[in-house]
This record gives sequence, structure tokens and C-alpha cells, in this order.
Amino acid sequence: MQKVYSRIETIAGNVISLTADDVQYGELAEVTSAHGKSLAEVIRLNRSTVSLQVYSGTRGISTGDEVRFLGHPMQVSFSDNLLGRVFDGSGKPRDRGSALSENLIEIGGPSVNPAKRIIPRNMVRTGIPMIDLFNTLVVSQKLPIFSVSGEPYNELLARIAMQAEVDIIILGGMGLKYDDYLFFKETLESGGAMSRSIFFVHTASDPIVECLLVPDISLAVAEKFALKGKKVLVLLTDMTNFSDAMKEIAITMEQVPSNRGYPGDLYSQLASRYEKAVDFEGAGSITVLGVTTMPGDDVTHPVPDNTGYITEGQYYLKNGRIEPFGSLSRLKQLVNKDSREDHRSLMDGMIKLYAAYKESLEKKSMGFRMSDWDNKLLKYGVLFEKEMMDLSVNIPLEQALDNGWKIFAECFTKEETNMRSDLVNKFWPK
Amino acid sequence: MTDTKGKVIGVNGNMVTVGIEGTVSMNEVAYIKVGGKNLKAEVIRIRSDRRSGHRASDWGNSAELQVYEMTRGIRIGDEVDFTGELLSVRLGPGLLQQIYDGLQNPLPELAEKCGFFLERGEYLYPLSQTAKWEFSPSVKAGDSVEAADSLGSVPEGIFSHQIMVPFNFYDTYKVKTIKPQGQYTVTETIAELEDSKGKVFPVSMNFEWPVKRPVSHYIQKLKPEKPMVTKSRIIDTFLPVALGGTYCIPGPFGAGKTVLQQVTSRNAEVDIVIIAACGERAGEVVETLKEFPELKDPRTGRSLMERTIIICNTSSMPVAAREASVYTAVTLAEYYRQMGLNILLLADSTSRWAQAMREMSGRLEEIPGEEAFPAYLESVIASFYERAGIVQLRNGKIGSVTIGGTVSPAGGNFEEPVTQATLKVVGAFHGLSRERSDARKYPAIHPLESWSKYTGIMDKKQTEYGRQVLFQGNDVAQMMKVVGEEGTSTEDYILYQKSEFLDSIYLQQNSFDPIDSAASVERQKYSFRLIFDILSAKLNIPGKEEARTYFNTLRQNFLDWNVSEWQSGQFKELESSIRGQLAAKKTGVEENAQDIVKNLEN
Repeated sequence: MQKVYSRIETIAGNVISLTADDVQYGELAEVTSAHGKSLAEVIRLNRSTVSLQVYSGTRGISTGDEVRFLGHPMQVSFSDNLLGRVFDGSGKPRDRGSALSENLIEIGGPSVNPAKRIIPRNMVRTGIPMIDLFNTLVVSQKLPIFSVSGEPYNELLARIAMQAEVDIIILGGMGLKYDDYLFFKETLESGGAMSRSIFFVHTASDPIVECLLVPDISLAVAEKFALKGKKVLVLLTDMTNFSDAMKEIAITMEQVPSNRGYPGDLYSQLASRYEKAVDFEGAGSITVLGVTTMPGDDVTHPVPDNTGYITEGQYYLKNGRIEPFGSLSRLKQLVNKDSREDHRSLMDGMIKLYAAYKESLEKKSMGFRMSDWDNKLLKYGVLFEKEMMDLSVNIPLEQALDNGWKIFAECFTKEETNMRSDLVNKFWPK
Repeated sequence: MTDTKGKVIGVNGNMVTVGIEGTVSMNEVAYIKVGGKNLKAEVIRIRSDRRSGHRASDWGNSAELQVYEMTRGIRIGDEVDFTGELLSVRLGPGLLQQIYDGLQNPLPELAEKCGFFLERGEYLYPLSQTAKWEFSPSVKAGDSVEAADSLGSVPEGIFSHQIMVPFNFYDTYKVKTIKPQGQYTVTETIAELEDSKGKVFPVSMNFEWPVKRPVSHYIQKLKPEKPMVTKSRIIDTFLPVALGGTYCIPGPFGAGKTVLQQVTSRNAEVDIVIIAACGERAGEVVETLKEFPELKDPRTGRSLMERTIIICNTSSMPVAAREASVYTAVTLAEYYRQMGLNILLLADSTSRWAQAMREMSGRLEEIPGEEAFPAYLESVIASFYERAGIVQLRNGKIGSVTIGGTVSPAGGNFEEPVTQATLKVVGAFHGLSRERSDARKYPAIHPLESWSKYTGIMDKKQTEYGRQVLFQGNDVAQMMKVVGEEGTSTEDYILYQKSEFLDSIYLQQNSFDPIDSAASVERQKYSFRLIFDILSAKLNIPGKEEARTYFNTLRQNFLDWNVSEWQSGQFKELESSIRGQLAAKKTGVEENAQDIVKNLEN
């Protein structure tokens, strides 16, 4: 059932409109212009007028170009042949490999029934104390890295991807700089992980609409692998570019903007992607680690703000370190009770004292006399930043916990740490 | 189904425009037929084609429908059936322990039928049609009854579930027949009622009621005065909530709104808890869903699930059903209230519901109000919270619905429209603060900014004194930031230490510790009495360094005391050591507390 139309009525932004019959909402079409073929998706139906969003942009499209409706929504091929390959946002190969067309699956499928989810219970060990000890990453968690542009967020993502014990790594790159794309490729290749990775990469120079497809296409593939029992890690960088692409389309479509130009459904749009993170009962899992760059380090900007309400915490990357304040893993309680009995108390105790250190530091910078207590805190803070926060520290959780007690013993008396007596008796370095 | 015919003439996101022939009513439910499936939708606007400026079509009027499902695949010309009925929920025994989506589809049954994913267009009967209930009649043939009067009861878990005359029976009826005691399913006829005109209606144990219409079958609404115990110290002691009252918990993300609600749903001293997870994370619902059947209700010794209903429309489920979910939840709450029970409805989060309204309003191209929210936002929020209340029923019993809603303000800024509209109508405000949650002070309710208009479990004078200490301690802390510790007098410093002490051992509570997480009223009164003695004591401490050490030890003991079992050996030991520490430094009572102490001693 393929019908061809050759009279495009309006072209505005990346959206074209024409008169056509019997078209489905969400259906795909192929637009053939002098500059090649592009896919387009039906985004509005109004009587006989059909509006389509053209994936590769409308530049050069003429009103006389051909539009052929395909009768199905956006699909992607799914098989083990995807592994080790690199594709663009619309699923076309970016590497020199052949295009895949077997076993097509639809993208952007329905939500998982909450009754079929299970409580996450396995931690993802990363060797980074700020994650393992203070904000444990959990299998099937969805967690973004909040960061200012220029921070080493892609390095952090790549490192977690290399060290985490997962079966498949899927990288969804949105508005990625070309060198960042090469960085990911080289890191995973040199670490020997490329053969279990799939890349869907939209670089900054690619058409904006393709950016919108990257999360859906990555997650649809991830979902199929998870259903086959695989543990999948999906890396999405950078979701702010995705949101900006959405803003661009919404404004072209004359939607009423809600906050700083973003469409009113930003929350729902982001949620429907992040919520794909899941641990299937009796099958595999999807863990989503995203990057959200914060324009102007402003956490109240609509993108990080809405993201924070959706995801299960966030890692706040600042000055090359994961900040203890602002970072949070909401699921850590599910796993840190079983790791070691002192894990939770030590985590809380160290953070409370680090907060006190920050206050003392502030007082010091204002020129106040430092009391004995302040001096103890100042010593503690420096040790904490060196042994715990420095991203180059790469130790297992148990060692990080022991280090914590060591730092306490170096700086404070037992009472001053405010730790429960039974834990102090057991773990305080003799 | 009505005779009205409709066909799709436009699709825009989850809004579908339908050309209609015949009559339609506002908010009536319609089904769009797509590829063998019927997608549920609700009429949200009706207009004549001439005004809308479109080309004339064969059809006279058009209606705009919000679709409760994904709209992918809908074509121009697809048929639409109209039901003539408003969006309703089915009420009857078997609602407890259920997990529904926003449209009252039972999710576990749906999972059995469709597997991992939520297939669209699948609507299941919300109650079990095969389960038999032991019905005992309480009326006899010839009795006169009205809507919401009891015809009998069935045992549902620990409750006696009243089988009531359907709420939409507006006449006075004579019981013509009533089934004797025995086992019946919810669909079997158990009675026949004859109205004043002699028409006979069969009645079963279930009936439907439109979700957006409040159930008002009571004699009068009373003033909420009795406290609802949550076992959170900061709430019960300082910011109480009353049975039949309303409260809201606004807070930035990560401040612990959902954890606070989860703890409340476990510990609150009410009969039934209804959790409406509206547009929030699925993972959180799953925690409740999997843990509740394992947890014991301390009041009854039975599983917590037996007193719980979960309405779950998580953030990735269709947006339009999100709006329906809060109404579904409140309607179920009102139904159980009619049996003389106390119900707590926890809605998380009302902002997502407001956003769903905003999305629809945008698609309808309505003129936007502040932050693009529709102009009717305030009145809709107000009328939702007004469905809470404590009421006296026709049989003299008292029932209540308490509503606690979280609000997720954009950017954590309480000045935004949803928070402001909510604050106007609630009786208590538990504002969560970013600073407190960053410092791991849980629950992160800000003790100075929050307020409550209800009376709590405590002696008002003591708690007011505690609040004063917090205020003054906060002032000292602010001042210390400017003049430093050395510029602060020892007296002020002790006041500051007292307020920090109250904060860390009473306002903060460890929700993961089995004992500390739930403080009974008795225990709260007991330990606050001791704290009051400490706060109001004149202490003989010479310097600041000594003051810090003194309060550090005191705090350490108190923390251990909080996690030791009520009246156990360890409890008593720690208590006497705390009292000993106090006595060692106490020289008298602060002037401003003497009256209160005198009253307490009398």
C-alpha cells in the first residue's frame, strides 16, 4: 500500500504539509528530492492535510518533490549483527558496513506494565568511591550526569561503561562533537568492548530531526536485547541537545511554549524515554546513564529540572569531581543495606561532616578565628576530597569504606563523628 | 452506546478531532476504533464547524477528544462510538489490595493477559467476577431505603464492607426482595428496589459512579479536629494533620517527597490508604507494590496491602489518563468513607496532573495563563482538595477522607502557579528544603517555613517553646556567620546548640530504622517532655568548647535512645544517663519557660 504524492503545499522549518488520504498518525514517508531521499514522519493530521517532519531537514526540498507513504511507523533492524556497528539517528550505517534490513522492530513502543517490574537489587560496581560508597548505581536505574559544558562527562561515561559488568553497551549520541564520537569509539575499541557495543550517533552537524530519534532507536534495541536476557547499559549524551531539538520542532509547529520556549510536554517526553530503564522479571535489564548539560550551571533550567523529577537521582559533576551535594542515587537504599553494615551510617556521617567542613571553610575565608573543631574539620575536608572525591581514585567499595574510617580516626575522636556506638566499636581502626 | 456517529477528522498528539452527527455531551466517554482496538477517549470540547474556520465537511459539529492511549496509527475517517456516559469507576467489594491504572484497569490481570507491556485498547473488568462474598443482609423486604443506605455487608479483609444502595438512586425506595445470607459474586442481583412510581430496579453488589462528581450522601461536613497520627515526629508534634484535612508537600526533586509519602502510607493511623502515583517514577510504585504485601500493619497484624489501594499512572503511561487517576483515587476514597471509615489519599504528584492539564490546554489552543498553565488551574485544584473532609453519615457514623498531595515545583521555586494554587486550599504545608536534604537531614521538612492550621497531639505551649528555640537558634546561627563564633556570647551559643540538638534528635528521623521510623504518640509525648526540660534548662557551662562537647554526648545518647525499643532495658538505661547529664549541669529553668513548667507540674 504505497501511494505517491507530488504536491507539497507548505514548507516551514523541518515540517512539510500536503493533501493526502488514508494516512496514519505516526506513519513514515519517503521524500525524494534533488538532493537525495529522506524519511519523514506524520506529526499532525487535520482533515486531508498531513504534516510531516522531515528527518534530514527541508533544505532544498521543492514543492514538486515526491512523497511516498510507507504504511508503517519508524522501524529499526534488530539482530546480533548490530553489535560493533555504528549508525546515525535514522538507523543508516555510519561505518563502512552494510545497511541492515532484517527483523524490523518499531521504535517508541508502549510502556512496561508496572506490575511486571521488579525491585532493583544489584549494584553496578564502578570503582569510583563517590559512586559506589555515596551514591551507588543500581542495575535498571536511570541516572543522568548533571554537568556544565566543558566538564569531563563523556570521559566519566566511558569509564563507567568500561568498568561496569554488563553484556551490551548502547551509546546514543545526540549533537555529539565529532571528536567526542571518536573518543568513545577509541576508548571502547582499546578496552576491547567495541564488539559488545552499538552506537547510534547524531553529530552536531547532522540534521536536527535525527537527533530526536536517537533515544527511541537506542532504547528500542536495548529493550529487545533485555527481553532476550541481556544486561544492557544505555548511555545517552547529551539529553539537553535532545530537548533543544524538541523545542525547535515545537516552535515550528506553533505550539504554546511553557517555560523558556520548551514545549509543555517536555516532562512527558523525557519520561517516556528514561522510563524505559527496567529490570524484567525473568529476563534482562536496561540501565540508563544520561548526560544533561546545564546551561549556565543552572539546575533550575527546565531540562535538568524536569530530568531530576524523572530520574532516580543524578550525579552532579563539577570541577572534575562528583559533588556530594546535589548528587543522589535514589535507589542506593535498596543495595547498600546488603553491602556492609557500616555502609549507610558511614555514608551519612561522612557527608554531614563534609557539610560542616564547608561551613568552616566559609568562615575561614571570611577571616574568622578557627576553633579547634574548625581545624579538625579543615583537616578532614582536605583528606575527604583527596581520598574520596578525586576521580582518579579507583578502588573497590570495601576498601573505600575502610578508608573512610581511617580518615575519621585521623581527624576526630569517636564521639565527634556522631556514629552509632556499635559500629564505632567494630570498625574504628585500632 | 448512543446513536451518535463520529469519524476522525484530525489528530494532534493525544488530541483527536471528531466530526459528529447527532448529540454528544461534554466529558462523555467515546471509543475510537483503530485496527480492531477500541481506544478510550473523553470529549473535552465541542464546537460548531462554522466557527472553527475549517472547510465545511459533511458533518455538522466537531468534538475534541483527549485519548487515554497512544494515538499512533489513527487515520482520518476512523469510526468513533459514543457511550453517553461520563468517565466512571466501578465500586464494590474487592477494591482493596488492587493495583489499578488511572482508568481502573487492574494491572496484574493486564500483565497476565498481555505480558510485559501495556497494550493499548485493553480494558478489563475492575473487580473479580468469580470471587464469592459472604453477604449478610441488614434490611428486610418492605424497608425504606435511600442512596448510600446499607443493604447488608460482606467481610473484606479486616473490614465489614457495606453493600450500599447505588449513589445514583435519587428517589426513596422500598426493598421488594433481598437475598438471604449466603455467597454471591459482585454481579449477582442481591436485592430489588421499588421507587415511588412503582418501578423496580435490580441491585447487585457493585455500581458505577462518575469520577469527577463528589459523593455527597451525608448529613453534614464537620470541622477536622482530630489529629491523624503519622508517627513522623516533626509532623505530629509541630505540623499536625487532621483527619479529614488536607496538606501538601512541595519540594524540589531529591528532597524526599516520595519517601516521606511512603513512610506515611505505612505508618499513618487510618483505616485505608489509597496511593495515587500520578505521573511519577514506576520504580517507586514497584517498591510499594512488592513491599506492602510483606509488611505488617502494626494496628491489625495483617499485611499492609489489605488496607491499601494503589492507583498507578506512571510518567511514561498516557498523559490523559494521568488526570483521570487522581479522580479515580478520590472517588474510591469517598466510597469507603461512606462506610464510616477513615481514608488517607496520598497523591504523588499533583504537579504532573496539572502538567497534563497544561498539555491538553495547549493542544486546544486555549489562551495560556501563567507559565502556560490554563486559567482554570486554581479552581480545578481547589475543587479536588475540597473533596477531602470528615462527614457525619445518615446512620450517624463518622467517616473521613484526608488528602495529602505532593507538589513538584519547577526549579524548586514555591512561587510557581501549582504550589501557590495548592497553598490557598490546604490546611497544612510541609515544605521540603533543598538545604536540609543536601545536609541529609530527613525528613527534609523545613521547620520554620512550614505551617499547619490543625491541632496536634501535643501541648501547644511546649511545642511553641520548641519552635521559639528553633527560631532563636537560627537567628544566632545567621549572626554567627557574620560575627563568627568568637563574637557570639556563650549564652547565645548554648541556645544555638539547643536548637541544633532539637533538630538532630527530634525533627530528623531515620526512615530506614525499624524503631526510629515510627514514633508512637505515647513515645513522642514522653521524649518531647524530656527534650522540653533540656531546652528550657539554664545550664552551667562555662565555655563554647565545653558546650559543644556536652551537646555532642547528649545527642549521641539521644540518638541511641531513639533507636532502642520503647521501655526496654537499654531504653531505660539511656534515659537515666540522659537525665543524669542534664541534672549535672542544670541550675534552673529559663524565665520564659517557668509558666509552662509550673502548668506541667500541676
